Formats: sequence, C-alpha cells, structure tokens
Amino acid sequence: MKVGRGGARRPLTRALPLAPSLVLLLLFLAGPIAYCAYIAFTDLQLTGQAHSSFVGFDNFTAAFKDDAFLNAVWLTLVFTVLSSLIGQNTLGLALAALMQRASKTVRTVTGAVVICAWVLPEVVAGFLLYAFFRREGTLNAILDWLHLPTQNWLFTLPILAVSFANVWRGTAFSMLVYSAALGEIPKEITEAAEMDGAGGWRRMWHITLPMIRRSIGTNLMLNTLQTLSVFGLIWVMTRGGPGNRSQTLPLFMYEQAFQKSMIGYGTAVALLLLVVGSLFSLVYMRLLRSEA
Amino acid sequence: MRPTAPVLLSATLLIAATGLTACSSGSGDDPDTVRISFKQSTDNQIRVMDKYLASMKTQFEKDHPGKKVKLVPIKAPDSEYYTKLQQMLRSPKTAPDLVYEDTFLINSDITSGYLKPLDSYLAKWPDWNQFIDTAKNAAKAQDGKTYGVPDGTDTRGLWYDKGIFAKAGIKTPWQPKTWDDVLDTARTIKKKVPSVTPLNVYTGKPGGEQSAMQGFEMLLYGTGSGTADPLYDSSSDKWITAGKPFKDALNFVKTVYGEKLGPDVSDALDPNIGTRVRGELLPKSKLAINLDGSWLPQDWLKGSGHEWPEWSQRLGLAHMPTQNGQAPGKVSMSGGWTWSVPSKASNPDLAFEFIKTMQTKANAQKWYIANSGIAVRKDVAADPAYVKAQPGIKFFTDLVASTHYRPAYPAYPKVSTAIQEAMESVTTGDSSVEKAASTYDEQLKTATDGKVITK
Repeated sequence: MKVGRGGARRPLTRALPLAPSLVLLLLFLAGPIAYCAYIAFTDLQLTGQAHSSFVGFDNFTAAFKDDAFLNAVWLTLVFTVLSSLIGQNTLGLALAALMQRASKTVRTVTGAVVICAWVLPEVVAGFLLYAFFRREGTLNAILDWLHLPTQNWLFTLPILAVSFANVWRGTAFSMLVYSAALGEIPKEITEAAEMDGAGGWRRMWHITLPMIRRSIGTNLMLNTLQTLSVFGLIWVMTRGGPGNRSQTLPLFMYEQAFQKSMIGYGTAVALLLLVVGSLFSLVYMRLLRSEA
Repeated sequence: MRPTAPVLLSATLLIAATGLTACSSGSGDDPDTVRISFKQSTDNQIRVMDKYLASMKTQFEKDHPGKKVKLVPIKAPDSEYYTKLQQMLRSPKTAPDLVYEDTFLINSDITSGYLKPLDSYLAKWPDWNQFIDTAKNAAKAQDGKTYGVPDGTDTRGLWYDKGIFAKAGIKTPWQPKTWDDVLDTARTIKKKVPSVTPLNVYTGKPGGEQSAMQGFEMLLYGTGSGTADPLYDSSSDKWITAGKPFKDALNFVKTVYGEKLGPDVSDALDPNIGTRVRGELLPKSKLAINLDGSWLPQDWLKGSGHEWPEWSQRLGLAHMPTQNGQAPGKVSMSGGWTWSVPSKASNPDLAFEFIKTMQTKANAQKWYIANSGIAVRKDVAADPAYVKAQPGIKFFTDLVASTHYRPAYPAYPKVSTAIQEAMESVTTGDSSVEKAASTYDEQLKTATDGKVITK
C-alpha cells in the first residue's frame, strides 16, 4: 500500500477530530467482535453451567462433524445462489433494462411497487410471503382458480419458497443499482451499435454488460452478503423447518446458541459464516480486478 | 475497491450474524420496587395471568405502603420465553426480582447460578408446611436446597369431543385400554367423520417442551413396567439410550402422522399449534381426540377471551392408557411452574414477600381455579369449593397419585430437544424410526457428556 504524498509529515494533531469516532468504533464495533471471537473458543452456555472454560478449536471441529451444520452450509449456498446470484441480480438487471425503454408512467409505477417490497421490514415481508405460500394462501387460491394442483409450498419446497421471498424482497436494490449504471452509458455508443445493425441481445452482451461490469461486481457482493445473513424472513416463514430443510447458517446458529443454549458453539458457527462471506467477497474482488 | 473494504464488510457481516442477542430495558436499582417477570400468552385474548398478577399487585401495594410492584411480561412462545429469561438473568442490570420458572428448566438455571436458594425464607414461613412433598421437591436441586415455590402442578390425559364421537358411532364415556384402542378409535373417526382431525399428538421442535412432554413422554412412560424411569437410570446416574420402548413411542407418532390421523404435518409443526388447538380446533369441533394437559379450561373460562362455558358438556376426559394395558393402566406426566428469586435480584426480600402474598390460602386457591391448575397445597385440595369450582378438576387431581416427573437434571432441556428432533423426523417422514433413534443416541451422548447407558 502506497502512502499518500507528504502523508507521513502531517502533524498528529490533524487526526485529533477523528479520535471520538475511533473510540466509538473500538468500543462498539471492535469490542463485541473481539469478545465474540473469544467466546467461540469456549464452551460457554446460556444455562446449565456454572463456569465456562477454554476449549480451543473443539467447537470448530465439532461443527464439521455435525451433519446439521453441513446441511446448513449447503442450504445457505443454495439459498444464496438461487435468490441472490440468480434471482435478485438477474431480475434486477432485467427490470432496469426494461424500465429504460418504458414510458414514464410505467417506470414510476413499477419502481414504486418494487421499492415497496424493499422498504418493508424483513419480518413484515416474511409474514406477507408466509400468507402467500401457506396452505390456505394466495398462491394456492390462484392455482385452485386455474384448476391446477395445490400444495403446501412451505412444506414441500421450503428452500425454494424462502428463496423466492428473498428475491421478491431484495430485487429493488439491484434494480436501483443497475438503473443508475445503465443511465451512465452514453447514448451515442448504443446508437452507433444500432446503426451497425446490432440487435437487442448483441447490444446487451457486447456493449451494455461490459460497460457496467463494475456495478455488477459491487451489486453481487452487496447482495450476497445481505442474503447470507437473512434471518427474520426465513424465521417467520418456516423457522428453518420442516425438519431442517430450510435451516440456513444464521438459523442454525440461532438454534445452537439460544435454543440449545450453546453460546460458544453458536458463536463459532457465526465465525464460520463470516468465513463463507469473506470467500464470496474475495471471489468478487478477483473478478472486479481482472476485468477493470 | 479499497483493500480495507473486505475487512469492513466482514466486520459488518459478523455484527449482523452475532447481533441477535435480545436486550431488556431498565434496571432494578430502586429498593422500593419489586420487578416481576412472567410469561404472557401469545394469544392476545388470554390474559389470565396478567389479571391475576394485577390484582396481587394491588393487594401487595396496599399491604406494604411505599413499596411498588412492576410487572415485566415476556410475550413469547414457551421455548423463546426461557431464552429471553436466561439472558435477563445473566446480568444484575436486567435480572428481575422474581421470575416464573418452568420446573423442567429450573435445575439448569440453578446450575448456572442464576437462582437464589430460598431455604432461609421457607424456614420462617409457616405456609410451606401446607405444600405436598412432591411439590416441595419440584424445585429442590441436587445440592438439597430449594429454589422455588410451586404455584400448582399439572397432569395430562385425553380430551375428546362427544359430538364427533356420536357422529362416528363410538360409545361415550370412552376409555381406551391400550395404544391400539386409541389408534383404532382415531381410524374409525377418520373413516366416519372425514371433515375433522381424529387425533392430536404434539410433535417436533416448533412445539418445544410441549411436544416432548404432552406428546412423546406420555407415550414413553406408558411402556414397560411403569415403575422405572425410561429416560434416566438413577442407580447409575446415566441417561438411557433409545431402546425398544423409545422406538415404540416413535412408532406411535409415525403411525399418527403417516396414516394422517393427526393434524396436517405442516399444521402440527406450526409453533402456534397449541394456541390453535385450544382456541380454534377444540371449540369449533374440528378435533376429535387431543392428548393434552389439565390446564386447557383456563382459556375457556369466563373473561378469558375464548369463553366456552359449555366445554364440559361437549368434551369428555379419558386417561391415557399404557401401551398394552399393563398395570397401572394409565399414564400421566406432571410438571408445573415455580416462583423463584434470581441470584442477581436487587430486592430478594421484597420478592419473597410477594410470593407470600400470592400464596396465602385464599390467593393460591383463586389462582388454581383461574388457571385450571392442580392444587399443591393440602388445605386447598381439601376445600370443597376448589373441587367443585370446575369440571375436570377431580379427574386431573386424582391422576396426581399415579403421575410421573421428568428427570429434570441440567441436561434435560437438551435431551428434550433431541426427543423433539427424533419426533419431527418421523413426523415428516424424513427418517425411519431406526434412524431417528440412532440420531437420538448420538445427540444424547453429546448432550450428557457421554453419561449414557443401554438398557
């Protein structure tokens, strides 16, 4: 990392105004994180134990031997790929592209509807989609009206249902990011391509996508990290059930820490979730760098 | 992106991931205020305890001039109530002065050092002699000290809808002799009255302890000779792995849900199934047989929100039979709740004064009747006014003689979760009885630090 020109010679007093925020950060950000990292190496319990002790890497090795943990990792990946990478990202881009061409009224109405879903608190969105997917819910009412077979979606396809819910809720963010990015593309370039006879798909593939690469990277990263930590939505809709069929890592962690009282183990799982998040981030950063 | 970005992002993620701890407001520094935490029903119309405590508060504040009572309700399903409470008990800033504890968790909380022994108070309290011995033991820890004052107990049995039985052509009063009798009746109802749910047995993790106790243990304790505890071997102080009795009980659950004799699996695994059974399925005659506790009528009493005074004409009561009808012929489990003083309470003396107010004979009797509890005070149990107060009280009080108590040791809550998971996996059909039993054995080993025995 290069030091800015003359940076070393700046008097220390210039950093003084930063001090309060630095103290706050250390106190409220670094402090709890350090404490969590410490707890992950102990066998601390919520109840049933007089003293906790240091257990080294036991919690982590236990996690990798635990079928329920591996199941949660797998479901987290499925959930993230389905709802974030494929769902929110592609749908957001598609909506943004379509809205570029739509009339102002259509644009305003669509924008308002999509953003409504985003503005709703996670738990409220969860209840709405619970009401949509449940056995006596809206989806089945529609299917029934069309004389199609109905089923309890939250029971038969729980991970798909919660993924759909996350797409429904989070697409607005992608749409906004991509709308901004598409708006930045100079009109002349698209027009020139059009003159050269490039059709819609070719323009998208060869001009638009390469030009908004950076936005795609940023959007993917933010979406993924947000999706990895989704808790309320799944908790409200399925509580990770039936069985463990929609139990992603945050729900697994909650169960271990607060329902089975194993705070130490739960925190270790939280740290592992952090690792998963960092891995995704690294991949995106690589992509961004090589394409920049 | 700057190289610090991933660090910041990771930090944000960690906070999002670990920031699930609930907080509670306020501290108990005021020496004249006693803060009381209790479980509030998730059904907004059920306010039995709120009303009772409000009247106790008025009485206490009148008898103790200058002192104040602050009620701190925790509105949550059972399993989340414990979590919330334990978090509050960890710190002197949030610990209330008096808490309502389920006896199944109390030993776990005692081991954690969350509760205060009450022996010095009890020794000076003449009313303590009125409590029956089993109730006195309910909150006695392995160290021989007592950590709570029980406010009643409970027993369990089969509730059935006489109207549905009549439609199905089944004679009432009904008393099944074996598990098969119960299942056969449910099958008959399924065939003759297809519009109703024949039999409810609580199951799975979402129901928490309700699944383990009203569901599984009502079956498990009805296997074998009926004398030894099928979960815990007290001679070797070890937990018993899943043997034939355990698998038989799982098989019963599997049969109920496999043959669709129970509620739709997705309803059965809804965390609010208990509230629905009491508030909707039974009063609307949508459920024929319900394996449940003695406290059900508290939801149907006058002023409780779901008034249903004619329940005693429409519902019948039967003992849960043993597996093959072997002696003693019937099964019941008992537990109950106690009032306890947290070790970090700021006003423990005042808190015990409040227990005394709640546990005068008149107030205790008022509470048993209000919440359909089973009396643990001899003077109340002998009072004809209590016996006559509500239909069903005699049925459930008589069960106290042959009831079972759970091995409420610190590992029990985890064992209970393992039981719920085993039930859930056979309920959904995710695994066979054999597989569920072997998973239980694994979890039992982890939960009890390997203190297990095969029988």
